[in-house]
Amino acid sequence: MLDFIDKLPIAEIIKSLTVWITDTFSFLFDPIKNQFGDFMEWFGDKLASIPPVIVILIVAIFAFFVSGKKYGLAVFSIIGLWLIYNQGLWEELMLTFALVAISSVLSVVIGVPIGILMSKSKTAESIITPILDFMQTMPAFVYLIPAVAFFSIGMVPGIFASLIFATPPTVRLTNLGIRQVATELVEASEAFGSTGSQKLFKVELPMAKSTIMAGVNQTVMLSLSMVVIASMIGAPGLGREVLSSLQRAQVGTGFVAGIGIVILAIIIDRFTQNLNTQKGK
Amino acid sequence: MPVIKVEGLSKVFGKNTKQALKLLDEGKSKDEILKQTGSTVGVNRASFEVEAGEIFVLMGLSGSGKSTLVRLVNRLIEPTEGSVFIDGEDLARMDKQGLRKVRREKLSMVFQRFALFPHRTVLENAEFGLEVQNVDKEKRQQKATEALEMVGLGNYINQYPGQLSGGMQQRVGLARALANDPEVLLMDEAFSALDPLIRKDMQDELLDLQESMKKTILFITHDLDEALRIGDRIALMKDGSIVQIGTPEEILVNPANDYVEKFVEDVDRSKVLTAEHIMKRPETVNFEKHGPRVALERMREEGLSSIYVTDGKRNLKGYVTADDASEARKNEIRDINQILKTDVPTVSKDTSMHEIFEIIHDSPVPVAVVEDGKILGIIVRGAVIAALAGEGEVNVENA
Ligand SMILES: Nc1ncnc2c1ncn2[C@@H]1O[C@H](COP(=O)(O)OP(=O)(O)OP(=O)(O)O)[C@@H](O)[C@H]1O
Ligand SMILES: [Mg+2]
Repeated sequence: MLDFIDKLPIAEIIKSLTVWITDTFSFLFDPIKNQFGDFMEWFGDKLASIPPVIVILIVAIFAFFVSGKKYGLAVFSIIGLWLIYNQGLWEELMLTFALVAISSVLSVVIGVPIGILMSKSKTAESIITPILDFMQTMPAFVYLIPAVAFFSIGMVPGIFASLIFATPPTVRLTNLGIRQVATELVEASEAFGSTGSQKLFKVELPMAKSTIMAGVNQTVMLSLSMVVIASMIGAPGLGREVLSSLQRAQVGTGFVAGIGIVILAIIIDRFTQNLNTQKGK
Repeated sequence: MPVIKVEGLSKVFGKNTKQALKLLDEGKSKDEILKQTGSTVGVNRASFEVEAGEIFVLMGLSGSGKSTLVRLVNRLIEPTEGSVFIDGEDLARMDKQGLRKVRREKLSMVFQRFALFPHRTVLENAEFGLEVQNVDKEKRQQKATEALEMVGLGNYINQYPGQLSGGMQQRVGLARALANDPEVLLMDEAFSALDPLIRKDMQDELLDLQESMKKTILFITHDLDEALRIGDRIALMKDGSIVQIGTPEEILVNPANDYVEKFVEDVDRSKVLTAEHIMKRPETVNFEKHGPRVALERMREEGLSSIYVTDGKRNLKGYVTADDASEARKNEIRDINQILKTDVPTVSKDTSMHEIFEIIHDSPVPVAVVEDGKILGIIVRGAVIAALAGEGEVNVENA
């Protein structure tokens, strides 16, 4: 009774849509793939070529100041990063960090303006919200498929997939943060004759900053997890170590690479959180 | 030309605004309209004018539409009907840019709950209005500092609002509004969040500032005492409509309807205080000894336009006016009895403030307080208003 029509060709439609997009926009995708890929590689190499001691020291010093002149985070950073170095995973760490950094920055650069748009327009909000829901609930692996179609394999499709997966929290919390600004403050800025952008930059964004930063923190964490998954489509870094250990059933190496990811995650998380509380006082 | 002119201004919140306005025309009440249409009448056909240099008070209970009305005046809220003119310019006709210009140059607002920017220092708050006008930094800081000094916060410019007390925060709000040097100040329950003592200080301060600044002020309050103290004229609102506009005296003496009367009755001082609390030592002349010449001299010295006349035992005989006395002197009249007026408004020691008010309202001379025919003191019009408004100059020793 339920078989009143044949199976709808949704999969086929998506497939041909993807093919069409790939063909039609290859003029766009190809240069991105090449130029951006080159840039990523260069960036990763540069990071990896800095002597580890210097990187560890810089991180420790920043950690000290960012956490309000406490030693905890600095000590943790030194030990954690040294451990990764000790396990011979330094280069992988730097590549993973490069991927996370670039994709987070892009997520924020794209996400904040979209969040602002949503906060200013009810229509935009009602269109974008379901898209965000969709983007976040779709299993992360699914994004890898079109990413490969558009950008083949490597760092660039990894970043693409990470963008889709990690941008929503920044968008949502930017929107929320701006909408939460007290009406009286918005009225005050209008009553003194602010233009729309003066209102945004002098009142709304500064007031929404800590909420936005909470979104950015989530975005960074999500891009880290996506960058690991993206190793399946050839993104280099710690994730690739985990993946290859999995394929060869090497519990030990897999665990070590996993620890490396955890250490990176903790350091990044504490950094972004502390930046937020420091400025939001 | 009035600085602010409001004409038939209405605001209906909700969807069926047309229908709600129609029901208003049919004389339906705010509650009935809410029930029938689901729309709330915020302001109903308000009309008034505020002249330059005047403090115009909008008064009414909570929910009577005061905030809505003041936000219509600077168009933070779009009116459903009616118009607002600032210096003769129709606000509704302005494009965004024109409206911004008016807000920047002519209107400044002080908010009920301060509405200070917590991420900016006191100075940065005060300079906000100038900053959005792109005044250069040095100049705007100088003006903002001046405004802060004017309200007595010169030492706090680098603090954050969160570090200040409520009264100080409200001063920052006032300084922020003054820094622009606007023509008009819109003050939405600016002092309501303050405790009574600080509130009275702020009222005094506003009156002092007003002496020198001569701004046009639209002041909102739900407190009659406050309205009486600072208002040149008062408009009473109920359910979005203005039910009476008048000077403090007019409102107290001739309440337009029960609603106003109830409001006025709540001025409890009018019942507690009596004539003897507010009378002053009388300036008199003795008709047995003094002639018009002396009377005139006395009046000159004291700056009076009339003076009471008694006999040697302070029994009240009447009064003479300055005009009559100088006329008499010209005509060489020696006897003060010839120019004596006897239609003396008198009250007794324990006449209530209310009754005094009605007597003094249409009396050209101060009211005499008499006992057994002897004059005890005089009451001037200002003293009654001051007393009703809760100002301190009440003679407690007399009580
Ligand atoms: N944004 C809004 N949406 C719907 N109704 C509103 C809105 N703002 C005000 N109202 C309604 O308009 C009426 C007048 O409100 P308003 O805030 O002007 O009163 P008020 O006299 O300032 O009261 P208060 O002394 O409590 O500040 C109230 O019935 C209120 O419910
Ligand atoms: Mg109000």
